[in-house]
Amino acid sequence: MEYIRLIGVLVIILGFAFRLDTVAVVLISALATALASGIDFTKFLAILGQGFLDNRMVSLFFLTLPMIGVIERNGLKESAVNLIHRLQNLTPGRIFDIYLLIRELACVFGITLQGQVQFIRPLINPMAQAAASVEAKLTPKDVDRIKARSAATENFGNFFAQNLFVASGGVLLMASTMKSLGYKVDPTGIVLYSIPVAVITLVLVFFYNRLFDRQFAKKGRANND
Amino acid sequence: MTNLINNILTFLYMLIGVGFLIAAIESFRDKTNSARYGTGLFWTLFAVIFALGQWLPKALVGALLLVIGLLSLLKQVKVGHIKEINVKTAEKAALKLRGWIFLPSIILAITAILVAQFTPFGGQVGIGAAAILSLIVAIALTKSKGKDVFDDTQRMVRSVGSAGVLPQLLATLGVVFTASGVGKVTAHAISSVFPTGNHLLGVALYCVAMALFTIIMGNAFAAFAVITAGIGIPFVVAQGGSAVVVAALGMTSGYCGTLMTPMAANFNTLPVALMEMKDPLGVIKQQAPIAIPMLLIQILLMYVLAF
Repeated sequence: MEYIRLIGVLVIILGFAFRLDTVAVVLISALATALASGIDFTKFLAILGQGFLDNRMVSLFFLTLPMIGVIERNGLKESAVNLIHRLQNLTPGRIFDIYLLIRELACVFGITLQGQVQFIRPLINPMAQAAASVEAKLTPKDVDRIKARSAATENFGNFFAQNLFVASGGVLLMASTMKSLGYKVDPTGIVLYSIPVAVITLVLVFFYNRLFDRQFAKKGRANND
Repeated sequence: MTNLINNILTFLYMLIGVGFLIAAIESFRDKTNSARYGTGLFWTLFAVIFALGQWLPKALVGALLLVIGLLSLLKQVKVGHIKEINVKTAEKAALKLRGWIFLPSIILAITAILVAQFTPFGGQVGIGAAAILSLIVAIALTKSKGKDVFDDTQRMVRSVGSAGVLPQLLATLGVVFTASGVGKVTAHAISSVFPTGNHLLGVALYCVAMALFTIIMGNAFAAFAVITAGIGIPFVVAQGGSAVVVAALGMTSGYCGTLMTPMAANFNTLPVALMEMKDPLGVIKQQAPIAIPMLLIQILLMYVLAF
């Protein structure tokens, strides 16, 4: 029964799906897989230790944290807020366009701020709501939709651009995993091949935002008639 | 040259160890944390593995990792109390520094790429050099004192917490899977249903599997380790597909899944709570119309770029 080796895959899927402790789930999955494949315990410890040491490059991003900490203490967030505050007299869709662009650029330079907490709730959501209410009176459903779209814009930027930074955890994980699987992959190469996705996201979301604006403009006209 | 690079890397890993040690010291000292000894030990063990791992028996490193797993399983690892940034100081500094505050980040990204592209040292040394250079620039720019940098380091490392070491653990899991032949078994199972050799089918299978498994697990990094070994390698890379393209687009295909699952609570559920939204799936509903076309686009992109 060679399929018993897949027990670790099952452990990972169930462990993450049921939100168990992630560090423990990963290690249990490794142990279960090795034992099910006939690897004895001491050999497993050696494979685990060697594997972890060989993948230390994935954690190189920790080296960037002290710098981020220093500039954060000196007003990184406040400067970004001031920058975004300059966006006046725009439609909600335009605010989302520009925020997405800023978010993607921040990714390029490895600036990862907790966007939902630091920017979406206190800044982008109220700005977009104010902009939308110029066109029409907002129903509770509209407000909910603006909140959701504000949060979505942050996620689009974060996910489709985070691979643009060469020292991000994701890029290093990919390069290291590929190396373990026997294929040499350069982190810079991953960044290069991540550019199309980041650009396509900008374009696609740009049109998506025009649709969003049109809904409010139409409503505004209907109210004025 | 290889020797020199390895020595530099060992030095960089020792620096990471120092960062973990700083987090350990402050965790031990945090009397408000009910699990301060466990948390302190957690970071100490990582500090030992990073600073000295080179010279330790591999089985001992493996055993230390299991101790870390046990601490985490028994809920003995908690962030604890981290002193927040002083908003007044930050606002004052922001007014004074203005756009210059972004300079260290820009230096970080550009130096890392330049060293990787134009020197024989390669990408990893580039990251280390860029991190050190940008830190020096940041310190000079903000006139920070040693104590401040110590504080900033412990704050950042502790708040990233165990989520920060998860990627490396997942990559390690990939190694164990490979040693145990998991990839081969999965590939064998799937190839009894889908034929290998058809490029477009292989690419579609891999990208969709990345998205689906991420939807189930809520974490694209975890899906990447499993699905790349099981599907990405046998169905795409072994058929002549470029490994770098497969990695880059495979992961972003997983992110399409992240955008569509309530399992990714930090991204899709947290905003619902933060903004007191009525529809718990509201964020996902706004994301799906972008995530689904992006998945299709990435399948086509991978097909075109990888072969």
